[in-house]
Amino acid sequence: MDVGQDLGSFRSVARGLLARGVPPEQVLFEEARRRQASLLETESVADVAPGPSLSVPSAFLELAERVACHRSPERWALLYRVLWRLTHGERRLLEVVSDADVYRLTSLEKAVQRDAHKMKAFVRFRRVEREGQEHFVAWHRPDHLIVPYVAPFFARRFPSMRWSILTPDACVHWDLERLTFGEGVPRSEAPEGDALEELWSAYYVSTFNPARLNVRAMRAEMPKKHWATLPEARLIPELVRKAPERTASMVAPRLEPSEASRFLPASRELPALAAAARGCRACPLHERASQTVFGEGPAPAEVMLVGEQPGDTEDREGRPFLGPAGQLLDEVLERVGLRREALYVTNAVKHFGWTGEEKQRLHAKPGRREVLACKAWLEAEVAAVRPRMIVCLGATAAQAFLGPGFRINLSRGQVFETPWAKAWMATFHPSALLRMPDERSRAEARAHFEEDLRRVVDTLRALPA
Amino acid sequence: MDVRKKLEILADAAKYDASCASSGGKRKSTPGGLGSVEGMGICHSYTPDGRCVSLLKILLTNFCIYDCQYCINRISSDTPRARFTPEEVVRLTLDFYKRNYIEGLFLSSGVLKSPDYTMEQLVQVARTLREQHQFQGYIHLKAVPGASQELIDQAGTYADRLSANIELPTDADLSKLAPEKSFAVTGETMREIHVRVEQSKAERQESPKAPRFAPAGQSTQMLVGATPTPDAVILDTAHQLYTRYRLKRVYYSAYSPIPLVDARLPAKAPPLVREHRLYQADWLLRFYGFHVGELLPPEQPDLSLDMDPKLAWALRRREAFPVDVNRAPREMLLRVPGLGVRTVDRLLRIRKWHKLTLEDLARLRVPLNRVKPFIVTADHRPTALLDSPRLPERVRPSAEQLSLFSTAVVARTGEL
Repeated sequence: MDVGQDLGSFRSVARGLLARGVPPEQVLFEEARRRQASLLETESVADVAPGPSLSVPSAFLELAERVACHRSPERWALLYRVLWRLTHGERRLLEVVSDADVYRLTSLEKAVQRDAHKMKAFVRFRRVEREGQEHFVAWHRPDHLIVPYVAPFFARRFPSMRWSILTPDACVHWDLERLTFGEGVPRSEAPEGDALEELWSAYYVSTFNPARLNVRAMRAEMPKKHWATLPEARLIPELVRKAPERTASMVAPRLEPSEASRFLPASRELPALAAAARGCRACPLHERASQTVFGEGPAPAEVMLVGEQPGDTEDREGRPFLGPAGQLLDEVLERVGLRREALYVTNAVKHFGWTGEEKQRLHAKPGRREVLACKAWLEAEVAAVRPRMIVCLGATAAQAFLGPGFRINLSRGQVFETPWAKAWMATFHPSALLRMPDERSRAEARAHFEEDLRRVVDTLRALPA
Repeated sequence: MDVRKKLEILADAAKYDASCASSGGKRKSTPGGLGSVEGMGICHSYTPDGRCVSLLKILLTNFCIYDCQYCINRISSDTPRARFTPEEVVRLTLDFYKRNYIEGLFLSSGVLKSPDYTMEQLVQVARTLREQHQFQGYIHLKAVPGASQELIDQAGTYADRLSANIELPTDADLSKLAPEKSFAVTGETMREIHVRVEQSKAERQESPKAPRFAPAGQSTQMLVGATPTPDAVILDTAHQLYTRYRLKRVYYSAYSPIPLVDARLPAKAPPLVREHRLYQADWLLRFYGFHVGELLPPEQPDLSLDMDPKLAWALRRREAFPVDVNRAPREMLLRVPGLGVRTVDRLLRIRKWHKLTLEDLARLRVPLNRVKPFIVTADHRPTALLDSPRLPERVRPSAEQLSLFSTAVVARTGEL
């Protein structure tokens, strides 16, 4: 059966088939290559009431109108099959949303509605003058054939403007009185730029709160394919890259001084710092720990690794990253071609914090208070080591720099510019990789970890000396 | 100062306001006019913090005579100041709207001179947009607590939504951090709005031509985490506001200036998760038939941070499960962790026609692993899982999943 790309032509075909009692298994729908705009040449949905013999629930007609906009060629066969079932004993079929046919139909519908919603949201008009008149023109690239379906919305919203929306499939124009449709055009037909775009961009930048960076949520709602036509989208990479720096400057001037700053020595060389840190009493952790575990490594160093806090083994030996987590770290460092001896390795908190019995000391994650108390040591280390890149292992380390709003699972592996180093990144803590109970997620996280450390190598290579 | 510089300062100052929705209400455009409001709001853009941009959200000015300790615009703050003229706001709104950047305007302000003086300026912006420019887009105005009834009346005739901010969960919190504000004054403003909204609804029943008053209702905002007040008290206050003034939304906003976090927030709690849990609990109160006392028993006045409040409730009340999805009433289905309002309504419709199986649930995208221990279907009955001490681990979504289930989305839909 030949149908056009529009609902009107399907309706007349389907009506004929139903009248002759042809079951869906015997029909093959072939779509003739016709333009989307032809919808307006044929009868529209509203003025064709179904014949008395085939009364169909009105919900089906509304559904069909939307499904018809979908680009998938299967839609006609699917619509006919459901129509057949509705008229052959399953009148309430549409209520069974878990039925395979109904489910498929509603997923097509959902895709169309989402696309229509995105068109209403992401069309950006640009003002041009044509023969002395103000005209607003937009270029948009929808997924489906929705121009005629969505156009009335724009006519209701902007009745007093002359406007056009151009897409690769179809165009629509409003002349203050009626809508006219035309064939699709390439993007080059659309005007570039609008004086207002600079103001809009200024607004976009100011309304964004860098302390709540959540790129994944943004991408889910604003798919990248639409970025090309959104004037504000070209600002996004820079906003993301600079977010930690802006957050830091929002926080920094008002931060209370770190408790540990009382213990800092006059000389800020690493050996002097390490010696002074042995006597640190900035927070209660020193009471139960056997010794201070200060950072170790050369100064200057290209890379500074920051973990959370020394564990049981580290506390006894007095050096960072020795236990099982340290072994895993060494293994992965070696695999990506980084030498531990060339790195400066330290922790956000320098004393082991634990609960339980002396025989079996249980690691207790440091709180915000301990992290802030210890921060003066970390900052002094950064100043002495002058790393080109800082790599934070785990949330506690990352939050020592960027505050408690920072989330590993949202921003893991992204390279940021910060006041502390040209390049800054956070990834999993190796002990988190050891602790994950589920084998699959453990393997996945481990792969991510390695990939992140590889990115460290790449980033260093690309950084200007 | 040019408009661009003002825009930067006054948009930045408005970003701490959690509300950005433009839904509810209906406005048809007029011939020769501009704009419309059609039920669901449209998010025109998203910023890298995952929040949507649907309105031009700005302050008229960030000068303020008050000294609320949590607010960046307090009189004693050294933030850069700016002030728009009403005409500048009108122009920006129209220009942005015509390019389809926004759904309308969200206008708030610091308090200049007096509440009445400030409210007058806000009203003037809305009046100019509606009367001189036939603007039919969405307008959300702040109702300045303490402004005169007459000005609130005018604001409601122009705006789609009004919101007076309750600011903090208790009066004691207010007297500590915002000495110039009180529940009594803000409550009075909310009550005025509520009375007018109800009046206008009644009048429109009689005659559809009667003027509308804030057709999208009123909302409020509460800062969370600036004081040690527990979640149970926060939700109690919210619940009272919903019942007393029929608020459409209570927005919870995690205390944002991070510097004082060590002194005032629980040391290990990332504040965004707490905000997120409050939205989930708020939703359970409004649409799922829960009471505050059920979600937060006296011995546990704060919501769990690593588990959503419905799941936490179900694990405390295991004897109420399993629930038979083919027989149980709607109220009980709504209490199953993992089943949202939409899903439950669909299940009720489907089960009239055939017996529900796990396959039906899978098609409706129900997270089966989480739900299975709590339900009975035609082809499934949980085996002793409910008694297992390992149940919480089994049904809790992993951390990775939680991040996909982003705060922004859940704050909007609240579905659990």
